[in-house]
Amino acid sequence: MEAKIACRNVWKLYGKDPEGLLDAHGGNPPDDAILEDGYIPAVRHATLDVFPGEILVIMGLSGSGKSTLVRCLSRLIEPTAGEVLFDGQDLLKIPAKELIEIRRHKMGMVFQHFALLPHRTVLQNVAFPLEVQGIDRATREKRALEVIELVGLKGRDGYYPRELSGGQQQRVGIARSLAVEPDVWFLDEPFSALDPLIRREMQDEFLRLQTMLQKTIAFITHDFDEAIRLADRIAIMNEGRIVQIGTPEELVTQPADDYVANFTRDVAREKLLTVASIMEAPADGEALSDTAVRQTDKVADVARRIIDSELPLRVTEGDGRVIGAVGRAHVLDMLFSAAGEDRG
Amino acid sequence: MAEAAIPAGELAIRRWVAGSGQSGLRVALFLLAPFVLVLLIGPWLPDWLRIVPKDWSAPFVGWINVVVEALRTEEIFGLLTFRDITRAIANLIDYPLDFVEAVLVAGFSDSVPGLPWIAVTGLAVVLGWYLRGRQLGIVAGICFAYMAIFGKWELSMVTLSVVLVAAPVAGAIGVALGIVAYKKAWFEKVLWPVLNVMQALPHFSYMIPVAIFIGIGHKAGTIATIIFAFPVMSRLTILGLKGVSPEVREAGIMAGCTKRQMLWKVELPAARPTLMVGVNQVIMLCLAMVVLASFVGAKGLGHDLLNRLRSLWIGQALEIGVVIVFMAIILDRLSQAWAEKQPEHAREGPFHVRHPFATAGIAVVVISYILAAFIPALQLWPKSLSVTTAPMWDAMIDAIVVYAFDYLELIKDTLLVHVLIPMRDLYLLLPWSALLVFAVTLGWYYGGWPVAGIQALFALYLAFAGFWERTLITAYMVSFAVIVCVVIGSIVGVWAAAGPRRTKVVELVLDTFQTFPSFIYLIPAIMLFNVNDFAAIMAIVIYATIPTTRLTIFGLKTVPHDIVEAAIASGCTPRQVLWKVRMPLAFPAIMLGINQTIMYALFMVVIAAFIGTTDLGQEIFRSKAENDAGKSLVVGLCVAFMGLMADQLINAWARERKKVLGLE
Repeated sequence: MEAKIACRNVWKLYGKDPEGLLDAHGGNPPDDAILEDGYIPAVRHATLDVFPGEILVIMGLSGSGKSTLVRCLSRLIEPTAGEVLFDGQDLLKIPAKELIEIRRHKMGMVFQHFALLPHRTVLQNVAFPLEVQGIDRATREKRALEVIELVGLKGRDGYYPRELSGGQQQRVGIARSLAVEPDVWFLDEPFSALDPLIRREMQDEFLRLQTMLQKTIAFITHDFDEAIRLADRIAIMNEGRIVQIGTPEELVTQPADDYVANFTRDVAREKLLTVASIMEAPADGEALSDTAVRQTDKVADVARRIIDSELPLRVTEGDGRVIGAVGRAHVLDMLFSAAGEDRG
Repeated sequence: MAEAAIPAGELAIRRWVAGSGQSGLRVALFLLAPFVLVLLIGPWLPDWLRIVPKDWSAPFVGWINVVVEALRTEEIFGLLTFRDITRAIANLIDYPLDFVEAVLVAGFSDSVPGLPWIAVTGLAVVLGWYLRGRQLGIVAGICFAYMAIFGKWELSMVTLSVVLVAAPVAGAIGVALGIVAYKKAWFEKVLWPVLNVMQALPHFSYMIPVAIFIGIGHKAGTIATIIFAFPVMSRLTILGLKGVSPEVREAGIMAGCTKRQMLWKVELPAARPTLMVGVNQVIMLCLAMVVLASFVGAKGLGHDLLNRLRSLWIGQALEIGVVIVFMAIILDRLSQAWAEKQPEHAREGPFHVRHPFATAGIAVVVISYILAAFIPALQLWPKSLSVTTAPMWDAMIDAIVVYAFDYLELIKDTLLVHVLIPMRDLYLLLPWSALLVFAVTLGWYYGGWPVAGIQALFALYLAFAGFWERTLITAYMVSFAVIVCVVIGSIVGVWAAAGPRRTKVVELVLDTFQTFPSFIYLIPAIMLFNVNDFAAIMAIVIYATIPTTRLTIFGLKTVPHDIVEAAIASGCTPRQVLWKVRMPLAFPAIMLGINQTIMYALFMVVIAAFIGTTDLGQEIFRSKAENDAGKSLVVGLCVAFMGLMADQLINAWARERKKVLGLE
């Protein structure tokens, strides 16, 4: 499958002459060369793909370069070097006018602090991206009202941002970014500024919208729980580098280094891991229970059944074929041994 | 200053001066030593190092006058002189000026009268109510009704019409320049110092060039007002645009805005709060200037005030003063309410439900016209019914003279003989070279060589401009006034910061006083002390105490709360908390207040020349009488550069200090 949006060897360095530094080291300067000359590496050597319809979460602590990377993808920040491919076309090579057209029709972005225009009503804020395209008032307001209804703000279209709560303001931000029906949707820590309860609600809302809309999404967060909840795949960044890209399950079961392992340590594994990742091939002649679980079931959902059964349970594939067995020991191992050892 | 940029030798000196631990005394000694040295050897210095001889002075005045003369008489392309062009442009201002004046009071013809006074008053009520609420509406109504009933309606409306024309024009010019500066870095680099000088130039320095290129009269006064008021708008436009949050700007880019859409649809609206602060300041500066512009023939309240003061009719002057004060209060409150007004979602329904205030405004105008057609007193309050307060004020002044004259004279004479005159004589001994050495030492220590260089240029200008003695006299009056201001201001500030209710009361008083045009402050000074240096200093003190007080309160109030709590938890008495914790942390803010006090004092000292002082202000007044544009500008720049010298040094110091305290 071809990536909807992708970046290849993207660098963003701040300093006196970043291009010169890259040239001097053949495009890949070592750490000490960068730091010695007082350069600040915001993004180093980043390569990733976002496939159509997938939610890619870019996860990292503050200062890890995740915001810079996503801004390189939309060319809000000009990368120092590398390629950004949008439908196979290099965004860094196209003229400004074309870039504006792509932003007007194919990209939407949601911001951490909402970035609503305070002097415009909800309706005018949501209609803003259509307005700058020159779409007439009746059409754009009709479309804006549809999106406002979609995000659950029907009846609030005449309100001004300051009259709304934080959660509602971010719904406006989401509606605005969806008004042009973009292909690619960038979300920059959209729920970080919200209270935990509202955040949870907004995450559900976000998943509901995505099920309907099937956008290609780059979602930034510093919250690993949020990343696991939402992501199809997660890219973890540290000091400007992408340390690992993988599904949540891969990150938990095979962390690339200690940095990633640190994040995954306290994750509720039973909710994340599937039966497939803890099962074993049944030993010959081993007695199995009559009950079966599917290999894609989350452990947490079937744990009660496994533990209540004297015998290991059968694990089946979609078509009903038995491919493994899972018993009490597997569940207990997963819950206590791995995590327990790490905690010392 | 980044330490890396300083050569090793300099760094060694800095380190040695700063020493270790409690080194305040050492720094002070080091900074003062060169200055004191020059002072001590002063009597043995060659004369030219003390006062630049007349024939050595740079002929700035002559140069400027040559340029002015050329602009006045030389024809560009053999067609028009520069003055013709400026006059032609200035004539354009007549149209809006006449129109607004006609609407407010004069009328378009006998059959189409201007708005009746009850209409203007009613509109003020509606506007105040709309912008903030019923209370402001009532205050606005009372202020306007007062102007009518006390017989100052026409004068007030003429003044108001100048403000209503000058403020939007100044605002538009200011915003336009600000936008260009925001877009083009090189233009900002040029504009910023020009704005600095313009904002430090005393009011009167604007007037003579304007008078020469436009002529004396109402129009010239309006133009001078516009030129005086626009710099603050430019400055706030630049600040506002730069302050737009990066996220909002990114949202604009992601929506696909072109550069033009970005500016008009995103950046300028998002900068509204800062721009509205500018609008308020422009309006208040316009009012302050239009009152003073009576010196070049602007009509209205200022004109009458000037005449009354010249004739020493204090009672009538006070009466006009009160009207100006009311005008200031109402313009300030309305424009602030406008700035703070938040948009609210409209209600559904027919026009009068959706726009209740617009409906009320229209109703007020229509009903007023109908009523005024039958009752002439509602069109223009008749002279015969006008109430005058002048006799009351005169009686009050008489009472003061009868009961307090001896004491006031005693205070004045004692201060003059034992403090002011000796101080002035002392200042007059100061050689210019000592000032140069002093400014350069301080500039170098706090701001490095660039600041020292600029300080040296300022000092040399003052020395070679040919007005050294006047400069010293100005410096003496200003520094005495500033000392008094700082003592009073910091005491009141500390007192006011001690409790929330005190703060509220004092800040209300300061806010109100700050809106008054500076000219007003001459009235009580003259009233109590007649016409002399002491009255001038009184006027400066009343006006210039405001910023020190305000920033003392601000500095004390904004000391981080947890630091105060830590001090209390460590067992500090309230006195110890104040002196050991809050005052040191508030000190940079207080210094910025003192900085503003110096600027205010310099502005006022020039205006105070009107009541007879012998400083630079008097020279500016003389140049006005002589129509000497060169002299007025050169002397004006002397005043401006004195202010800028202090401003630059204090700011460099405050930056350094804030960095040390980690307050940035």
